[in-house]
Amino acid sequence: MRTYVIRRLLLVVPTLFLVTILVFLIVRSIPGDVIDVLMSEMAELGGSVDRERIKQMLGLDLPVHVQYGRWIGGVLQGDLGVSLRGSVPITPKILARLPVTFELGLLGIIIGLSISLPIGIYSAIRQNTVGDYAGRGVAVTFISVPTFWTATMVMIYPALWWGWSPSVRLIRFAQDPLGNLAMFLVPAAILGMVLSGTTMRMTRTMALEVLRQDYVRTAWSKGLGEKVVVMRHVLKNALIPVVTIVGFQLPILIGGSVILEQIFVLPGIGTLLLDAIQKRDYPIVSGINLVIATAVVLINLVIDLSYAFLDPRVRYR
Amino acid sequence: MEATQITAAPVEQKRRSRLARFLSRLAREQPLGTVGGIIVLLLLFCGIFADVLAPYGMNEIHLIDRYAPPSWQYLLGADQLGRDILSRIIYGARISVIIGLSATSINLMVALLIGATSGFFGGKIDMVVQRFVDAWMAFPGLLILITVMSLVGQGPLQIILVLGVAGGISGSRIARSAVIRIKENMYVQAAQAIGVGTGRTILRHVLPNIMAPMIVIFTVTIGDVIIAEASLTFLGLGLPPDVASWGGMLSWEGRRYMERVPALALWPGLCLFTVVWGTNMFGDALRDLLDPSLRGGVGRYETHKHKEKYS
Repeated sequence: MRTYVIRRLLLVVPTLFLVTILVFLIVRSIPGDVIDVLMSEMAELGGSVDRERIKQMLGLDLPVHVQYGRWIGGVLQGDLGVSLRGSVPITPKILARLPVTFELGLLGIIIGLSISLPIGIYSAIRQNTVGDYAGRGVAVTFISVPTFWTATMVMIYPALWWGWSPSVRLIRFAQDPLGNLAMFLVPAAILGMVLSGTTMRMTRTMALEVLRQDYVRTAWSKGLGEKVVVMRHVLKNALIPVVTIVGFQLPILIGGSVILEQIFVLPGIGTLLLDAIQKRDYPIVSGINLVIATAVVLINLVIDLSYAFLDPRVRYR
Repeated sequence: MEATQITAAPVEQKRRSRLARFLSRLAREQPLGTVGGIIVLLLLFCGIFADVLAPYGMNEIHLIDRYAPPSWQYLLGADQLGRDILSRIIYGARISVIIGLSATSINLMVALLIGATSGFFGGKIDMVVQRFVDAWMAFPGLLILITVMSLVGQGPLQIILVLGVAGGISGSRIARSAVIRIKENMYVQAAQAIGVGTGRTILRHVLPNIMAPMIVIFTVTIGDVIIAEASLTFLGLGLPPDVASWGGMLSWEGRRYMERVPALALWPGLCLFTVVWGTNMFGDALRDLLDPSLRGGVGRYETHKHKEKYS
């Protein structure tokens, strides 16, 4: 166990280092004409129209290694730099947006799992029946529906038929917990739907594999009822790999939440990113990329370690 | 001379019958996959013959017929500029075909280049390359696409390159594991033992043997690429607004018109969904027919059934 943990931890260091390099290169690769656009836009807003000043704010005025050293020094102290517009520090800006994205993601995972686990297990224990085909059909449908289309439909048709439209003003959880949940429910349900497609298929495959194990046959031959066999023997063992699936799905989760935040006007990381891109505020763009990529690496680390803790076979590979 | 001609003919015939056999197996064993295949063919057909099929031009404006309801003149109605929705959807199929096929081809080439090198050489090269891939994959797909598209700007060429290269780096994992599996085979070792060069070994012995999984991945990736293009264009970062892309037709700017004419949002999304569903189903069917090993645990139990199928 210890060697596995150490090896896994050591693997994270180069990955995180390369993540910072990639984020750093994003800002470095801004083409010259974008700086021209930036200058003209800033001039319109009455800001300082000094090319050198913009380059300095982007950190483009120094040799590469000095720039990187200076930037990473700040990052390690939790300082992601200042935004181009208004020179506001970026770190608090991103931190303020995190809770919304986190809540959307968490609710999405909860809804996704509560759809996909029962259907996935049912599909497996009733393999090749009408119910199984229906379940698999639902899964493929969920995988194929574009998130932004579902969200658009949910915005348009209920408004047309019943005059219902989601709240545009953010309701804080601390002020009105129920109102807050009601507000997040629709986008989280769409996110959960997207997530549940893949999870359903994986759960089914895992459960089918477990159903064929010797210990399940033993449980059957002991005369245990279906309920006990499925709940105690199959579900438990099929669930462990499903934990990792949630990790694999982080990219889908974050991509989906960018789109859903934009459509449902939720002030999360996604809307901050799209806003920054529209304003060409590259320090914010790279800050968000860095925060999210680091989070993905660390969450996957935690999942791998907990997986090794739950399933002893992993450690000996 | 005569002898080669005689042997060539049966081989040709056998090849044709292999395709026919494959198609009949597809139709018999994978009904949903067949439907998916037909959808893919329909998409290709609409894409290629868009000029002939579409009753109006892509950006042909009829201001008098703004928001026209569905009629014989405009089968699906007209949009806020009086453009025929059906025609734009048919041209949208062309956009999806062009972007889908070209970006997926680049995607696969990048994936093969990285995956084959990394998997075949192994050791330190693999270790270093894989750490880069790790770092790259830490960025969620849509996030990196949004960021890179904002740097290179809107446009078809940009989006093809970005979707191809960005997706290819992530996709290289599958190519790598396929190559590693093939590398252990006796015939690869035999080729190396008789002194075949590395490049030739990869090209002649490794690549042909990972074609089956690659064809499957190609099909599924087309669906992913089409959705990614639509999402980017929807967010205003993909194709320019005047291009009749399905994502663009659903875009943010058109929102207030959609509230007036919901058909504007309904049809492009429905097409997008159908096409992606079709490629997914077709890809699944191809996987089951061409490369059962990718199926995971399920295949093991049903081996007796499969033996019957394949005999």
